[in-house]
Amino acid sequence: MKYDIVFAGVGGQGILSVAATIASAAISENLHVKQSEVHGMSQRGGAVTGTLRISDSEIHSPLVPLGTADLILSIEPLESLRYLEYLSPEGQLVTAIAPVQNIGTNYPLMEEVLTEIRRLPNSRQIDAERLAREAGSTRAANMVLVGASAAVLPLQPESLRNAVRKLFERKGSSIVEMNLKAFEAGRAAYAE
Amino acid sequence: MHAPLLLLGDEAVALGAVHAGISAAYGYPGTPSTEILEVLLRQAKESRSPHVSWTTNEKTALEQGLGTSVVGRRSLVTMKHVGLNVAADPFMSSALVSIHGGLVLVVADDPGMHSSQNEQDSRYFADFAGVPCLEPADAQQAYDMTREAFEISERFHQPVLIRIVTRVAHGKGLVKTAEALPEKPLQKAPAAAPWILIPSNARKQWGERLKNRPELRALMESHPVNELKLENTNRELGVITTGLALAYYRECQSELKRPVSHLHIGAYPFPEQKIRDLAATVKTLIVLEEGYPFVERFLRGVIPPNIEIVGKMSGSIPAQGELTPEIVRKTLGIPSMQGQKLPGGLKLPGRPPQLCPGCPHTDSFHSIKAALASFQPHLVTSDIGCYALGAMPEYNAIETCVCMGASIGMAKGAADAGLHPVVAVLGDSTFLHSGMTALLDAVASNTNMTVMILDNETVAMTGGQTTIVPSPRLKDVVLGLGVSPEHLHVVTTHRKFIEENAKLIRQEVEHPGISVIIAVRECVETAKKKKT
Repeated sequence: MKYDIVFAGVGGQGILSVAATIASAAISENLHVKQSEVHGMSQRGGAVTGTLRISDSEIHSPLVPLGTADLILSIEPLESLRYLEYLSPEGQLVTAIAPVQNIGTNYPLMEEVLTEIRRLPNSRQIDAERLAREAGSTRAANMVLVGASAAVLPLQPESLRNAVRKLFERKGSSIVEMNLKAFEAGRAAYAE
Repeated sequence: MHAPLLLLGDEAVALGAVHAGISAAYGYPGTPSTEILEVLLRQAKESRSPHVSWTTNEKTALEQGLGTSVVGRRSLVTMKHVGLNVAADPFMSSALVSIHGGLVLVVADDPGMHSSQNEQDSRYFADFAGVPCLEPADAQQAYDMTREAFEISERFHQPVLIRIVTRVAHGKGLVKTAEALPEKPLQKAPAAAPWILIPSNARKQWGERLKNRPELRALMESHPVNELKLENTNRELGVITTGLALAYYRECQSELKRPVSHLHIGAYPFPEQKIRDLAATVKTLIVLEEGYPFVERFLRGVIPPNIEIVGKMSGSIPAQGELTPEIVRKTLGIPSMQGQKLPGGLKLPGRPPQLCPGCPHTDSFHSIKAALASFQPHLVTSDIGCYALGAMPEYNAIETCVCMGASIGMAKGAADAGLHPVVAVLGDSTFLHSGMTALLDAVASNTNMTVMILDNETVAMTGGQTTIVPSPRLKDVVLGLGVSPEHLHVVTTHRKFIEENAKLIRQEVEHPGISVIIAVRECVETAKKKKT
């Protein structure tokens, strides 16, 4: 088994936490993991991407070759489309739909962006911001996304739940509960 | 044995250093090296050991590491690639002293310039100084090599340079750790002369280093990371990988039509005999390196001229930017896979980095632009930091960005050449790092120019490290450099003061001599972090 993910988002949205949560779940199942992030200058409100590779055998490259990713997991709709060349023909795209409008009039019409996503062979749009707000805070939108990806990831949902617990345990039980609620909302939204 | 940990390459270096028993760690923040010291700072806070501190710049960091060494203890010094230019003076001469406690310098290169002004390859610097260099391919090697580097440093009495690159520094992998070693005892170097580099001693020391060269070469020749695997069934093609290139090569190795002889190099000086052994069995050599064609360039002096070399210098691999899985596949003759395309062909706009909403720099730029609008031509020199984003549209406020502190020196040069007005714009940390010396020059000639220090009370671009001089004391530093109190102003930069501050800038620009304006307001990101 080998499973490659490309993450997408805008600096400050918490996409690296999404990657960290899934990676931590994979490790708890004794799988091999390689991850790549770019920090620094590009985080300042710019496009941010990262990769996570999960496998039951040794993985060498931190980067995903073109046309081979199993999943694009994005926290912003426009950004979800930026790395399509990495997505394998059978690969799936899962994205949150709330836009980050920090590029003025350069941002295309929302309907055009969502139509592109809908026309892909295998895509899912998740209203992560609304679901996170209902769970307690829009800041949990990234955990909604982790939940939404649970159905396609080669991992046990319980490992992902434990990873969410581990990520937030420092911040107290109410924050943990809120993020778990967001996770479940994401799972349910994907199943709909 | 503990369970393997998922670590960034940077974190693996930090842990390797702790487990090697370091007593101290020094560095100046710079992407992609910053996380090394951040991890060590957290460790030091919990266990009060080792001594860890950010320093004024990379030169002072390395000098402090040398001090740790002379009293017999181990230290780690960290910086990004261009930081080594700043530390070049102590670095080049540290190769001559008799290192006592192990000294390891970790330098993070940034091929592809994700967050840098150039993509220089630090292996050249190690070669230039004549010091050993280790180049990890992943987080596990980053951990292992950091530990080993201390042993090599003490055995050969030289600092060891560990060269990491962005994808190693910011790539995560599972790391198995080994037993931690205790700190070294405090024990002065047995003799002083090897540390006193007056010419008579320096000549002797350099002679010693050259004499030890064969032993160092022998160590690297037999180093297990420099692994040669000959495939006798294929007399056509051989592959040399260095550092990170190993990961991309291994990834597609199984797709090669025939097995290929392969030499990996991760420890320098590179193993010349192994290269010759490989060359003796093939007609063509592919060289895959992250960074400059360092090994490729030296190959011609090592292997027979009839062997074809395929690499960056032959034009087969792009000379600029990072290696990618695709470049490696193409060079090895393996086709790449096709990904998906935008079904409707929507044109995706770029999303470049930008100043954060509410950033104090935006207000400073508005003031500077308003102040200088009526002076044509004028020049605004700037520097390395978030405020370099002032070059982007909407602001178009700065005209130069070269290296740490250059804004002040360049402003003086432009003013000396006759341009007026000239304004140098730089951040508080950059000023302390390399701007102070240039300001001394400007004070000495009372140059007709104005310096704007954008004081956001933090080292913002690398994630909000503490500056070496707290904001309220910055004024005293500038006064101490000799700027007259009448032409030194500390103001709050804010949307509501844009016109008022513009007026002050105009007034100081019209003063025929050096003036400094410190525009203060805390970085919005740092302020946010304090709240949570």
